[in-house]
Amino acid sequence: MVVGKNMTVQNSISAEELEEIIILIQRQYGYDFGDYARASLHRRVIRCMQKAGCLTAYELKYQLTNDHRFFAWFIESLTVNVTEMFRDPSFYKELRQNVLPKLASYPAIKIWHAGCSTGEEVFSMAILLHEMGLLSRTRLYATDLNPANLDRARQGIVPLQYMKDYTANYIQSGGTNDFSAYYTARYENAIIHKEYRKNIVFAVHNLATDHVFNEFQLVCCRNVLIYFNRNLQNRAINLFSNSLTPLGYLALGMKESLLFTDVRHQFEVVNPAVRIYRSKR
Amino acid sequence: MSRVSVVVIGGSAGSIPVVTELLQALPRHFQFSVIIVLHRLRNVISSLDTILGNKVQVITIREPNDKEEIREQYVYLAPQNYHLLIEADKTFSLDYSETVHHSRPSIDVTFESVAQVYASQAVAVLLSGANQDGADGLQAIINQGGMVIVQDPATAEYPAMPKAALERNREAVVLTPPEIAAFLRTLTQ
Ligand SMILES: C[S@@+](CC[C@H](N)C(=O)[O-])C[C@H]1O[C@@H](n2cnc3c(N)ncnc32)[C@H](O)[C@@H]1O
Repeated sequence: MVVGKNMTVQNSISAEELEEIIILIQRQYGYDFGDYARASLHRRVIRCMQKAGCLTAYELKYQLTNDHRFFAWFIESLTVNVTEMFRDPSFYKELRQNVLPKLASYPAIKIWHAGCSTGEEVFSMAILLHEMGLLSRTRLYATDLNPANLDRARQGIVPLQYMKDYTANYIQSGGTNDFSAYYTARYENAIIHKEYRKNIVFAVHNLATDHVFNEFQLVCCRNVLIYFNRNLQNRAINLFSNSLTPLGYLALGMKESLLFTDVRHQFEVVNPAVRIYRSKR
Repeated sequence: MSRVSVVVIGGSAGSIPVVTELLQALPRHFQFSVIIVLHRLRNVISSLDTILGNKVQVITIREPNDKEEIREQYVYLAPQNYHLLIEADKTFSLDYSETVHHSRPSIDVTFESVAQVYASQAVAVLLSGANQDGADGLQAIINQGGMVIVQDPATAEYPAMPKAALERNREAVVLTPPEIAAFLRTLTQ
């Protein structure tokens, strides 16, 4: 390897080495990252190597093979877990004004948050449902591939430092209550009150390998498909399509779409700006 | 120099007038793609594409969807609150990972990704700004054989970002905004 004067040898891996690592993870532990988009996965692997002090792909593979605790840490750090409460206020506004009022006609409401990370999104939804008087007859299923995220989500803990931003988001989304009434501040954390979390079921579910497990009137999968290639996006959207009740809603992230999926014609666009779709079947 | 397939432009505070000037200078039929990464406010309805679009009506400016194909003669603007990455098959990938230099989109992230995919077919341009974003990304472009232009700090409303980039990258070409515009026009001849 030729090293230019400013180039660092540290923590770099080639595209081929990345493929080897993906295969190793699949063979050894059964996690399938084969259809993840490579550009971000590559960055994530290098980031893990930096944190772990692995200099070469060889070292990383050695550790992954021989140290199960290292592997567990690696998977937890590999996925992008960043999330926010009331992220994209215009999305929540649309839920409030047009989607949830439609769901109000059902005696029992079921909503699935796929790729819920540490729970901020599903907590936001629970607050909306509460404000619309629907929470008590709604069951929210929040799933993720990463068990560490779910452990955190179950505790209902959100870092206090972000609450100012989240309050602003909440207000922009059309919220008129005192946002601080939804949580208790304790040291560095805000703990979302239990009454807004008791209808949430957290569970592990892998969109790359797991199947339909229930039926929902609304599926939210935001900022998860961006980590998948078109093939896996198609799998996930089919899974959602098969999990929706007739005329059920599907909500994606602001830059995600059905464009590259074979079921795109089975959906109508409810609001293109915030990527809410509705099953025609 | 090999054929230029992509011009990637990074800017922060004080860069919008320059970006507008550069886009206005583009000829109607340019044979490459333009990717722009600008630092912007979080969770403010983004109207930047409309603002730029209104000033530069002849060309199409769009915020790409995830996995959208990168096409010639298009100007792409990194959406707010996402990093913008490029896949080997020349499609966009969006990424919602941690901020870099307190920024998402980060200029470094996109420049590094462009360097991986376009190598010597990339030209990177770094404009006015008040932080250090872009310096590492320009290094990656240089390492892969691409060309690097930095706005002359004397002409920048906020010179910190171009200055940091120049300290890090001696190989960078320093140009004033009209010179950058003139250079972009030569790429299409
Ligand atoms: C960027 S977060 C998005 C969180 C939230 N939906 C939001 O938009 O704020 C992406 C989440 O997707 C999860 N994820 C990644 N791959 C997955 C898969 N194959 N199945 C289920 N979840 C996955 C990650 O663990 C992470 O929690």
